[in-house]
Amino acid sequence: MTSLSSNTLSRWSTDELLCWVLRGTAAIVGTIVLLIVVFLILEALPALHHLGLLRFFTDPSWHPAEGLYNLTPMLWGTLFAMTGSVLIATPLGILSAIFCHYYAPLALARPYRRLIELLAGIPSVVYGFWGLVVLVPLIAEIQPPGPSLLAGILILTIMILPTIALMADASFANVPQQYLQGAAALGIPRWATIRNIVLPAAKSGLFTGVTLEIGRAIGETMAILMVSGNVVQTPSSLFDPIRTLTANIALEMAYALGDHRAALFVSGLVLMAVIIALAVSAEWITRGRMYG
Amino acid sequence: MHRSIDLIRQNIPGSLAVLCIVALLGTPESVTPQTTATDPLSGKLAITGASTLAPLIAEIGKRFENLYPKVRVDVQTGGSSRGVADTRQGLADIGMVSRVMKDEEKDLHAFPVARDGVAIILHKENPVQALTDEQVVTIYKGKITDWKDVGGKHAPITVVNKAEGRSTVEVFLHYFRLKNTDVRAHVVIGDNEQGIKTVAGNRHAIGYVSIGTAEYDESQGVPIKLLSVGGVAASTETVRNGTFPMSRPLHLVTRTVPVGLAKAFIEYAQSKAVHDIIKQQYFVPLVD
Repeated sequence: MTSLSSNTLSRWSTDELLCWVLRGTAAIVGTIVLLIVVFLILEALPALHHLGLLRFFTDPSWHPAEGLYNLTPMLWGTLFAMTGSVLIATPLGILSAIFCHYYAPLALARPYRRLIELLAGIPSVVYGFWGLVVLVPLIAEIQPPGPSLLAGILILTIMILPTIALMADASFANVPQQYLQGAAALGIPRWATIRNIVLPAAKSGLFTGVTLEIGRAIGETMAILMVSGNVVQTPSSLFDPIRTLTANIALEMAYALGDHRAALFVSGLVLMAVIIALAVSAEWITRGRMYG
Repeated sequence: MHRSIDLIRQNIPGSLAVLCIVALLGTPESVTPQTTATDPLSGKLAITGASTLAPLIAEIGKRFENLYPKVRVDVQTGGSSRGVADTRQGLADIGMVSRVMKDEEKDLHAFPVARDGVAIILHKENPVQALTDEQVVTIYKGKITDWKDVGGKHAPITVVNKAEGRSTVEVFLHYFRLKNTDVRAHVVIGDNEQGIKTVAGNRHAIGYVSIGTAEYDESQGVPIKLLSVGGVAASTETVRNGTFPMSRPLHLVTRTVPVGLAKAFIEYAQSKAVHDIIKQQYFVPLVD
């Protein structure tokens, strides 16, 4: 530190300036998140005050116009759609990255990677529209009505697939070349190398990818609103329509007043709580094991 | 805090435009309603009320501002009851009410500007040509679940309902004397277009949307058809002449007999010059 500052002519060393700029931006980002949470709580307070938190989980149904505010079916809807899509997208995404990295010829790997990047860039409303006019009628042929948990899971899968595929691709690229050369020198077959050397070495990157895709699956609104039917109920089969917490806010916010509006902010709070719980559990799982 | 949300709730481009104008020109010195300026066609007009009417009135307001550059029209939503309350308390110059005026609201002066009609739609290939009111009620209550029970082919009925809080839901539930808790829906939709796409994509669906939207889309070749209600064909024509039962008037209301700016604006909103805006918003203009 002393040698650095004595070397510079100006009063402020570049390092010190950078340090303060970074502190400033970090403080701004942190404040924004906190402000959002405070705002959510403030807006939700009227409902929490009038109705109490418990009623959002014990009311018979969600009919705000008649004073019934049960959020549990939508919480389940969100969790089911998220779990289903993550379970399908994760193996697909990792396998696609393995193909791209270790099996595809270079001439194919490059355009394939661009294609996945393109998939990541398509706006969600386009996916939703495609789902509404193509996917939903197809499902309706198998089992009416069509808009369903299944349609939601499939659309979400397509949407989060690029996230995990690109993350896996990037973490495979970071696996040290020596590992692969060593394995090749030992005569280990390709699949054994991938399973026993590459995957463990890329573990932390893959885990980050899964966390990111979970976040995207929970937060997705427009596409899932268009294909999943939005009926407030706990689904008993894949073909039952569901409503997610995000879709609930998007559907009703424009016309909501009073307690109804505050109840939608409670939806937002519950969503926030789910995401915080997931982040905390991800932290707990990886602590000292993944990055150390 | 609430004020900032009110801006979000109404249509964003409109509010942004108003914000920009306010930022550019500074707030006009007289923000109190019912301006007392000597020139009747200058000042600010505060309009609040039904969210159904807000986009329409905001559009009319923009055109009115273009005609009279010294006028600013500020539209805020909050429901018909807010329109009535704000007008009574003098918080707004004009209120927007998207229903028939109640008896206890006779103290206000009401001016109809347009009508709003709701049509029941089926897929074009559905052989069912008409449904009685009771049949619609039993279908929406989930007591009839197969089209063959109402004269169609054997197939499960997909009931399309709208998300709560929207004007169309109110008109529909009010006409059929249903409560939303009674409705057993398979799909819940947000806006009209989503409803039409849902029915057009499912041959066994039944739904309801604004009559203007449905009539326009049907004329554009979208495979839907409009059912008559109570024996009256669903069209903008029957809504206009008031014979179509599932419809309602859209009113502007004032506390006193309107004068000056408010009078000019109401007359403009009722004139033929805004019929194209009314049709754009899928409402039905009145004959003058």
